[in-house]
Amino acid sequence: MSEILRLDKVSRNFSGLKALSDVTLGIKKGEVLGLIGPNGAGKTTLVNTICGVTPADSGRVIFAGNDITGIKPWQAARLGLARTFQIVQPFAEFTALDNVAAAALFSQPGESVRSAREEARAHLAFVGLEAQAAQPAATLTLAMRKRLELAKALAMKPKLLFLDEVNAGLNSAEVERATKLIHQLAADGITIVMIEHLMKVVLNVCTRIAVLHNGGLIADGAPREVIDNPAVVEAYLGQQYARRNAGRG
Amino acid sequence: MKRTDLALLLLIAAIAALPLFGGAYALRLGTIACMYAILALSWNVVGGWAGYPSFATAAFFGFGAYMAGVLLGKGVPLALALVATLVASLVLAGLFGAVLLRLRGHYFAIASLSLVEALRELVNNATDLTGGGMGLNIPLAAGSGILADATFFFYAMWGLLLLAALTMIAVSASKLGFGLACIRQNETAADMVGLNSTLYKSIAFGLSACFVSAAGGLYAAWVHYIDPSDVFDILYSVKPIVMALMGGLGSALGVVCGALLYLALEEVVWRNYIQIHSGVLGVLIVMLLLFLPHGLISLRWRMFWRTTAHV
Repeated sequence: MSEILRLDKVSRNFSGLKALSDVTLGIKKGEVLGLIGPNGAGKTTLVNTICGVTPADSGRVIFAGNDITGIKPWQAARLGLARTFQIVQPFAEFTALDNVAAAALFSQPGESVRSAREEARAHLAFVGLEAQAAQPAATLTLAMRKRLELAKALAMKPKLLFLDEVNAGLNSAEVERATKLIHQLAADGITIVMIEHLMKVVLNVCTRIAVLHNGGLIADGAPREVIDNPAVVEAYLGQQYARRNAGRG
Repeated sequence: MKRTDLALLLLIAAIAALPLFGGAYALRLGTIACMYAILALSWNVVGGWAGYPSFATAAFFGFGAYMAGVLLGKGVPLALALVATLVASLVLAGLFGAVLLRLRGHYFAIASLSLVEALRELVNNATDLTGGGMGLNIPLAAGSGILADATFFFYAMWGLLLLAALTMIAVSASKLGFGLACIRQNETAADMVGLNSTLYKSIAFGLSACFVSAAGGLYAAWVHYIDPSDVFDILYSVKPIVMALMGGLGSALGVVCGALLYLALEEVVWRNYIQIHSGVLGVLIVMLLLFLPHGLISLRWRMFWRTTAHV
């Protein structure tokens, strides 16, 4: 399997705060990488740095062989880097259909408003929102808006998909449904990086886990190895989780 | 084409019949009505669709007036001078937009306001070209006779309004219009789906300036004399915003209706309350915005029937 994304000693500061320090990470094609870590560890900043929202201060980001370090967000989107937001970002007045159509229209060359809407319908059906197609995004429930984010990301025909806490704030039935969708996407061969706090979901879906703590990478490897790593238990999972896990395992 | 677009074209067609009903006064009002409608339609592109509250309308109105005025003074025919003005302001505003539209909200509003002042001072100081504070005399461009002159400028302004309206209708249904709506609703998300928002905003700013400048040029040719405090009057920036808010932000039909309503209010109030006309006009506008916050376009017939509440 070839590498689709390579981070080489990526750092990012917010004035005095070192949000990312020398993160080196490779992501292979077809992987589902779980990005975990305590709040403020730099998980979202890492995604923002790759997508060009907060460009890296030092280090290099290489996507599919090209250096994309100082790229603008819209350029990243056109290259095939799609993401969902932790705090959902719909076009509130647009219908669900037009939300997804916007993603298809502006990320793909040669789309017209009409063809984008046609494609959008298929993506809405995939995430189970076809009944809400004509509803303004502002009237959707949180779970639906999360799925709308996913449909938007998919409409961009991503090569690499970042899912930033798609399950936060959902109830267990909704989580199950979202997890199923992610499984399906992984089966379709999309490379996925997911930021997630629900360990059940992470262990269920991810083929590999990377752990961030205070802006640095403290562990990276197969799920089982990572959750047994004492540094990870200390920084994030907690002794209680480790004991419970050991008891079960 | 949507129903509201059709209604807009019908409305504009109805304005064209105005000369049949009145003399020089009606023509003068009609010309101003068309001019206001152009300003409101133009402001709507950047203020209504892209959601950036621009105060730069006066800057481009003045720029157009002076560019066309100077060209006319050098013997360039009116049509050519207007086309040159339109193209020049499209390019110039596009460049300004690329810089100014990096600011958001209030910051952008202030920056766009400063554009008016900057251009006014430029014109004031370029005495050789513009006559500075002395103003600029512009040679008569149209035929002889007061009524023939008035009719000519009415139809010229009307033609420009039609052109502006057709452009706006085309833009609103296009990828550009779709993109501007995305930018207004959520610029972060717009960037994230691959929309080059800087480019789109610049085009929007250019579009919002070019017809204003052409209208300014036509205005200069019509009144034969311009000076900086007249054509760079900040009221040219404020009025289109009020018109758009009164008519219905984001709707081409709405803002044109708003422009007509505003002109009607302005005339009626000015005639009847000459001493306190700005005060009365202000109160009326505040009342309208309070009781009809989404503008004329949000009026529905059923609002006029008093529906009985549940007892």
